[in-house]
Amino acid sequence: MVGHGDIRVVHRGGSKINSRQPVITQDSRFLLCASGECVKVFSTSTEECVHDLRGHTDAVTGVLLNPSNHLQAYSCSADATVRLWDFTEGIHIKTYVIGYPVSCIYASAHHEGVIFVVTPMLNDKRSEVFQLVAVHLPQSGDQLVEALELSAVVSDVSSNPAAMGFGKGGEFIASAKGLHLEVFFFKKQKTYRFPLKEDNKKGGKNTFMCVACHQKEDCIATGHEDGKIRLWRNFSHKKEYTYSTLHWHHSAVSSLCFTPEGTNLLSGGLESVLVQWRYNQESQRDFLPRLGSAITHIAVSPDGALFCTSHSDNKITIIQSSVKVSAVIQGLVKGESVRTDLMVDPRSKSLVLNGKPGQLQFYSLQRDKLLYNLDIVQQEYIHESGLEQFEVVKAAFDASGSWMATVEERNEKAAELELNLKLWAFDEQTQSFVLNTTISTPHEARITDMCFCHAADSQTTMLVSTSKDGHFKAWQLSAAAHTEDEGPSWSCDFVGAYHSLVPERCCFSADGSLLAVSFQEVVTVWGPASWELLTTLSQPPQAIRDLCFGRLSCSKYLLGTTASKLLCCWNLLTCSLEWSTAMDVSLLLADPLTENMAAFCFHAGGTDLFVFQPSEPRPLFSHKAVCLGKVTRAIFSPREEMLESCEESSQWLNRSQLHFLTQYMDLMTFTTEAEEERLLASSRQLVVDDSVAMTPFYLLLGKHRRQETEDAVSSSLSSDTVPQSSAAIKQLLQTPAHVMPSTSYLCSMFVQSLLISVTDTREENKHAEEKMDSEREEEDSEEEMEPSDPRPQQASDACSLTKAQLRELRRVRNQDHSWSAGFL
Amino acid sequence: MASFKPTKVQVYPKLGEKVTQDTLYWKNYKAPLHIKEFGAITNIDFSPVAPHNFAVTAFTRIHIYGPFSQEPVKSFTRFKDTAYCGRFRSDGQLLVAGCEDSVVRLFDVSGKVALRMFKGHTKAVHVADFISDRYQILTGSDDYTCRLWDLPNATELNTYQEHTDYIRCGVASKLNRDLFITGSYDHTLKLFDARVDKSVMTMDHGQPVESLLLYPSEGLLVSAGGRNVKVWDLLKGGQPLVSLKNHHKTVTSLCLSSSGQRLLSASLDRHVKVYNTTNYKVVHNFDYAASILSLALAPDDESIVVGMTNSILSVKHRKSLEDSKEISGQQRRRPLYRVFVKGKNHVPKQDDYLVSKPVKQHLAKYDKQLKKFNVTKALDTALETWTRHRKPEITVAVMKELDRRGTLKNALAGRDEQALARLLNFLIGNVVDPRFAPVLVTAAEMILDIYRSVIGQSPVVDRQLLRLQELLEKEIDYQQDLLEVMGMLDTMFASSFPRMEVPCPGISRANGLAGGDGITSRPQIQAT
Repeated sequence: MVGHGDIRVVHRGGSKINSRQPVITQDSRFLLCASGECVKVFSTSTEECVHDLRGHTDAVTGVLLNPSNHLQAYSCSADATVRLWDFTEGIHIKTYVIGYPVSCIYASAHHEGVIFVVTPMLNDKRSEVFQLVAVHLPQSGDQLVEALELSAVVSDVSSNPAAMGFGKGGEFIASAKGLHLEVFFFKKQKTYRFPLKEDNKKGGKNTFMCVACHQKEDCIATGHEDGKIRLWRNFSHKKEYTYSTLHWHHSAVSSLCFTPEGTNLLSGGLESVLVQWRYNQESQRDFLPRLGSAITHIAVSPDGALFCTSHSDNKITIIQSSVKVSAVIQGLVKGESVRTDLMVDPRSKSLVLNGKPGQLQFYSLQRDKLLYNLDIVQQEYIHESGLEQFEVVKAAFDASGSWMATVEERNEKAAELELNLKLWAFDEQTQSFVLNTTISTPHEARITDMCFCHAADSQTTMLVSTSKDGHFKAWQLSAAAHTEDEGPSWSCDFVGAYHSLVPERCCFSADGSLLAVSFQEVVTVWGPASWELLTTLSQPPQAIRDLCFGRLSCSKYLLGTTASKLLCCWNLLTCSLEWSTAMDVSLLLADPLTENMAAFCFHAGGTDLFVFQPSEPRPLFSHKAVCLGKVTRAIFSPREEMLESCEESSQWLNRSQLHFLTQYMDLMTFTTEAEEERLLASSRQLVVDDSVAMTPFYLLLGKHRRQETEDAVSSSLSSDTVPQSSAAIKQLLQTPAHVMPSTSYLCSMFVQSLLISVTDTREENKHAEEKMDSEREEEDSEEEMEPSDPRPQQASDACSLTKAQLRELRRVRNQDHSWSAGFL
Repeated sequence: MASFKPTKVQVYPKLGEKVTQDTLYWKNYKAPLHIKEFGAITNIDFSPVAPHNFAVTAFTRIHIYGPFSQEPVKSFTRFKDTAYCGRFRSDGQLLVAGCEDSVVRLFDVSGKVALRMFKGHTKAVHVADFISDRYQILTGSDDYTCRLWDLPNATELNTYQEHTDYIRCGVASKLNRDLFITGSYDHTLKLFDARVDKSVMTMDHGQPVESLLLYPSEGLLVSAGGRNVKVWDLLKGGQPLVSLKNHHKTVTSLCLSSSGQRLLSASLDRHVKVYNTTNYKVVHNFDYAASILSLALAPDDESIVVGMTNSILSVKHRKSLEDSKEISGQQRRRPLYRVFVKGKNHVPKQDDYLVSKPVKQHLAKYDKQLKKFNVTKALDTALETWTRHRKPEITVAVMKELDRRGTLKNALAGRDEQALARLLNFLIGNVVDPRFAPVLVTAAEMILDIYRSVIGQSPVVDRQLLRLQELLEKEIDYQQDLLEVMGMLDTMFASSFPRMEVPCPGISRANGLAGGDGITSRPQIQAT
């Protein structure tokens, strides 16, 4: 066995950003949202991620602005801590240890030094019963503080953060669970409970979904499962409470929010329409439709200028002045399962998988950013639960990335399967895929596998699809037969079958000269040129699960895995079994750039990874217990730049990277230690500071600072060429200003240190001489100089920068002189 | 913010022939002009000089028509019996014609009486042509001989007695003054050289030869006889090049298009077929009312003239540019050019800034209703008379979309007698169409479910339901028959194909889509 000391499995991007309500900062410039184990700070104007607040060791369950300091934010996590951050700088300030997993966090300006968290009942941690706990934050200078003063406020609350809210400046807290609304008044220390009937007459469901409280008046808005919104008033009396009902949503209201001034109520749900109700004039509503997918949370900026909705497709939309979508922050869309394989787009090198219903997403792995969604189905998506819609189930790219094939299916009833095979051509002009051919009902039953011929030099592109109807079909691009002005389109070239068995897998050899199709336990090998059945290979007794040709020097090998825990390797030159080993391989994968193959083996609840070459059955690398559960999707993605690792165990990662999806839809990858270090270093260097406003102070100080850093960089760069200059600059830069000698004294030394090349000096001297010569000439030259002045300043070279400064300095002196001369 | 995506209307491949460049070219003729002659029209010949009059030989007359005249500009009637093969000389001045009474007559195109009479044949002369030196005439006759005549003094120069049956066609070379070819009912074509006294080449056509045609280069010879059209390579010693069998009755006439790229053949089966001369595939087809005896194309393909057995001469003129302009003139009821360029040619100044206006999306009526979730109204708009009759695919697409949204039942319910009758009418018209069956069968099931309680209340609806039932029963019978036929065919294919090593079904090269439709739609229909 080969050791795997320095190769680790890490999360690589694509975490959820829609799990909790996002928070907009006081100045509306940043957006904070919980994303996996960290809090992400996005700029609301540029959609860029500014900071990653890392520190939690479990999923972050809530983010909240510190009500007493608007530049700080609390975050709570299932790791039983609450952390305080400075989000503008991305600095971790403090950790409060609660001792229980926290599922939500609340705070109010009226309760200083207290935060309210929802934890499981104190007596047993694993129970499903939650309570609201007030935590008095101890005043301490330490980084790590244990919060001991816990006092239960409301017991038996919902763990859903939307089901609770502070009202009227923190006078009361309203919490809903099941069919009860509970209001706790802090002054009276009293709880009122308002129950609703199980079901009203029309069969609607009354269960509370979310709660929002008016900040100025005594009013609580609650959203219900049947789409109704109830506005509760006069609830400070147990008996005389009233409520009015608003109804627009056709399915459950998932989020409610009052604007800070309390003039509007926002609601959203599955319909993906943001509804804006006028407070006290509820018949007037504004709609913002077509937000893409179901709204899960709504947040409003403290000044009420920005709304922000998070959606079920891992997206946050920022809405400006309540009518216009100004920014969309989109994460990797992950449904319950990935129907398509993971693929890499050969052009953009992005990861491709199905995302939003009926769409394919192109996700950049390097930048951890969704590039774009391609609408495959091209049908209006109806936001209604329980509706069977078209879904993308298969996709394939050809070797050059100029063709893509997709299969969409809709299976409303068992008997009726609607299938469409679509072929997309890459359009150079628009840089996206354009629909070329739609084949409706390409097969009579579900398509099991699909692959393009990967030979790069072949004249015609060929696609093979296998289906449960017992046939496999080859599709080929053919020129238009008639003269209507349409380009080439795809048509069926060959239909093959083998003893009426069901084909499961198909695979082209690297040069495209062979096609292997597995029919249950038999592998048939066909010649695509003449469509002759060349040979059959078989390894009974179980059906073939995966089929894969070797690459490069191993292209004579065909590998297959069977359901009976067997990995076989056939040699196609001798048409015989080369080797086989007993392994329960759940996924077999070939690296397109090297000879390596990866096999994920499901074994006793976990998955092991083996990397090997088909020519020898000894693994190059193996990793035990990569993750829990089965790995069914994985992909080798090419690296942008090769790694130079010479260790045997990590050489397979040099040219491409292996990504895989776990059972819980986490995207993981393998990294080496060296790579991680490099990544960390690069992230430290790249501090994006694009969102800092251009105040006069910044202009003054920022420029100065930039120069300084550039100086430092240049000095470090030129240190080996002119060692004496670095010393001078260092001295100049490191000495405090008040102990420095006068500038005129330093100047000559400084200039001396900068005289590097001969040409530069001459030019400098010439300029100087010119200026000395005569005043009039100097006036002219000055005017000439003026426009050319910004150029050297812009240049990144620090030497020229300082030179320009010097020149300016001298000119000022000259001007001074001329001015006094004029006086005289 | 995504915009509304309109309903996808499935585009079905157009049935029937595909539009090619040839179809466009050969369709670009005006409606035919019919001229009644006195008898079956056996020959049509165009004058080689402008204005390209043509001589039509029919019964005992030869009429000469101008290119656009409906009446003959000239007629030769001095024949004792049926005239044959009126042909112009290459200068268009003289015309020669054979006759049933074995006399060959030569006419001046401007005169009326025959200039010369060539007597010598003993039976009807069906072939007469000028040799390319313009002073000799070639004739072929039913007395199995073909002769050369001297034009100035009307003497016979030579007689060739090689054929053993009637000579019914012949053509003289236009490049060589000594060569001519005759075709006979003895199935042979013979190439004669006037410098020697016998044929220099003999080709066997296999059927009585009816017509001959030389290519302009005279390297290829086309012969028609029986149902076959054969092309011979004269430069390779009369080697057969292609044999075409596209007619199902005797081919009577041959003709080349002006470019030499297309070959036309006319037959007694009332068709004129156009072949591509590079691959000899039929690229176009004309239908006529009666069996065709003769065919000619004007220079530059300006008109197609066809003579038929029912003594009707059909003349089709090519549409001129003015005509096509007229059509485009009709199309120009659209907004003026300046409406389109309005503001487009504005050159922005330096400090202008662009206010972008969202592009208004145009939606079809039914899409507008669908956008508002008005399902019943959407279906109503899709069922409007014009759409229902002309574009049933739109109606079906809307139904499919409603079904996908799960609201088809709501849209179908709550209709009065008239609306329901309209709906049922549409179903009866289209439910057996294999393109629409999957959607309409679902809709039909829903209609029956919804309106089960009102059956018997309206005679109109009841009648339509009965019609629907009949239609479905008939369709099921058809499907059963089809399946039987397919079964028979399968056994035939299986037995006729040689046993291959590769055990894949015989029909595996077929697309499989067309065959599949019939099978898949059947159980759905039974379910109703």
